[in-house]
Amino acid sequence: MNRLVIKGGRLIDPSVNVDGLFNIYIMGGRVGTIKPADRDTTELVEGAPGLEVIDATGLVVLPGFIDAHTHLREPGFEYKETIKTGTMAASSGGFTSVLCMANTNPVNDNASVTRYILDKAKAEGTASVHPIGAVTVGQQGERLTEFGELKAAGCVAFSDDGVPITDGAVMRRALEYSMIFGAPVVSHAEDPRLAGAGVMNEGAVSTRLGLKGIPNAAEDAMVARDLSLAELTGGRLHIAHVSTRGAVELIRSAKARGVNVTAEVTPHHLTLTDEAVSGYDTFTKMNPPLRAQEDVDALRGGLKDGTIDCIATDHAPQSTIEKDVEFDKAANGIVGLETAFSLAYGLVEERILTLNEIIRALTINPSKAFLLNKGSLRVGSQADIAIIDLNRTWKVDPSRLKSKSKNTPYGGRTLKGVVIKTVVNGSVVYDATKENS
Amino acid sequence: MRLKRKDLLGIEELERGEIEQILSTAESFKEVSAREIKKVPTLRGKTVINLFYEPSTRTRTSFEIAAKRMSADAVNISVSTSSVAKGETLKDTAKNLEAMRPDCIVVRHLSSGTPQMLSKYVSCSVVNAGDGAHEHPSQALLDMLTVKEKKGRIDGLKLSIIGDITHSRVARSNIYGFTKLGAEVTVCGPPTMIPPGMERLGCSVTTDMTEAIRGADVIMMLRIQMERQKESLFPSVREYSRLYGLDDAKLKGAKDDVIILHPGPINRGVEISSEVADGPYSLILDQVTNGVAVRMAIFYMLLGGTREEAQFK
Repeated sequence: MNRLVIKGGRLIDPSVNVDGLFNIYIMGGRVGTIKPADRDTTELVEGAPGLEVIDATGLVVLPGFIDAHTHLREPGFEYKETIKTGTMAASSGGFTSVLCMANTNPVNDNASVTRYILDKAKAEGTASVHPIGAVTVGQQGERLTEFGELKAAGCVAFSDDGVPITDGAVMRRALEYSMIFGAPVVSHAEDPRLAGAGVMNEGAVSTRLGLKGIPNAAEDAMVARDLSLAELTGGRLHIAHVSTRGAVELIRSAKARGVNVTAEVTPHHLTLTDEAVSGYDTFTKMNPPLRAQEDVDALRGGLKDGTIDCIATDHAPQSTIEKDVEFDKAANGIVGLETAFSLAYGLVEERILTLNEIIRALTINPSKAFLLNKGSLRVGSQADIAIIDLNRTWKVDPSRLKSKSKNTPYGGRTLKGVVIKTVVNGSVVYDATKENS
Repeated sequence: MRLKRKDLLGIEELERGEIEQILSTAESFKEVSAREIKKVPTLRGKTVINLFYEPSTRTRTSFEIAAKRMSADAVNISVSTSSVAKGETLKDTAKNLEAMRPDCIVVRHLSSGTPQMLSKYVSCSVVNAGDGAHEHPSQALLDMLTVKEKKGRIDGLKLSIIGDITHSRVARSNIYGFTKLGAEVTVCGPPTMIPPGMERLGCSVTTDMTEAIRGADVIMMLRIQMERQKESLFPSVREYSRLYGLDDAKLKGAKDDVIILHPGPINRGVEISSEVADGPYSLILDQVTNGVAVRMAIFYMLLGGTREEAQFK
């Protein structure tokens, strides 16, 4: 049986409140024992067959990250991303599990699509893939999909992400019905009529640029509706990519009332404002749009006080066909898996968040929100691990991203925090030292 | 005199001195259009492409005449937006046009920011002939020229821009231009047509038409798009016209020497009554005449002389 030993690193595992220097012994893909590095007298025979030793001195060792919001694009949009390239992007970003959205072609609204994704992931993926099934057939917002069959096939949640469910009654039934399976319904909370033909945040910047705006109220109104429905039904609600201060406040008060809700925020909504749109760079176009500084501050505060549970990427690969066009016509979204940790860590460097807070939001919190039983390195758990050098910086070079699409607004930026190795199920799936630099 | 920039994309990025240079150059070119032979050889051998993604008669013709009076070769391309459906990106279009070696592309597009994007893809000059609700720099320049001619100055004047501010590139460019030259600008319209943060562009905002008219030296009426009714921006043309249309009755509250501008085309009886449009305060046709001179000046200052003479930003 293969053994992997990660020696001398600083293990930070918020799920068990651990932060210290430990040696981690992994056997059969699971965490076997964890020993304090300074008191570990185990003799390792270098070069013994089946033994791999990683010297993590000076590095941090974390539970592998879980992305609650990834678009892998396969099946249907393989020119943007495939399960293979998307999971490679995940691995190089320290993510060991990704939850992939249902807006593929065909839509993941039946078990055959779910099985196709899982088979592909098993054959070609370098990260664990957990599909999210559609809430409604064809994401049409009308008829519920067969949650039971989707769940049995491997879906961990339900979402029509990309398309808001405008019919409140459908959302109500989805929240009720999903309770059979304990799976959350993930809401892309946006009132499409209020959003209208908007292409960016509505505010002084959209006024200056002459671009149509999407008001915060488009999100706030829908979050309010969904929270009311979650309260009414007792169903499990997860709010995707929260972008407004109003939504943060609504979720905060709902949580205080005991509503069964979790929420996520993207690294870009935590780090950029609508000012970034100023040069009409289509890589700054996404939905929800980049908002104002007051919103960014509220999102950071929400993450800090636990109103927002997860940092999720909304990794949305788009090809040049969708992005080298007029701003109005450009497709929404940016790739995010490979920059997520470093962007979040930037907030730690700025002393806005703590290291513990961002790790929690990338590991144990998404695991709890989606009942994955991951995101922890306690003894016996699956050995999904990210090993990171917090002292090293890297320059974002879009051409070197693993993702098939290069649509990042962070190109040229120097970020701190470099993923050195990623381990899934006890096997190294990404090794920065083996990348030709 | 050549502008120290490759493109004319907006008034926002121009310095006061540059605006004044363009205006004085335009003044000197007005004389050409008054000649028997309306042509100077200045830009002979230069190629200008008028790339219009949005229907336009006045502006396109004005640019074309301006180019021809400067002896440049002008080519008009009306692009149906369906080329995108065929898979050609804006970048592809730009690269294809550039391969034909034009000296200048004049572009109008219904999407804001398109001239900015285009200018990054091509090495020739790009002139923004109106992009979405963003900017329409040549319009603002011709408006400033018209006011300067009539009033002798812009500094210290009060300009009121009335109508659909949200969707108006003319309003934005004029706010930048007139405030840079020392005027005070007020925008006025129904709250449904004034976007958030408008005052951050440097103007005052009011929804009261009487207030906008009172004390104004220049009133600029904006064309109202009938389609906006469907978006509930105003309940009916009738009501809009009553509240925000400029007619003789409302004009009674204005200064005796007020002047009235309109970028055209006008909706008679909607935002402006026929009596006012054709009346003594109206400079609507002077604007059109000045449009040619301003565009001649723009071509001259972007394309005139040799490239090496100018240092591009």
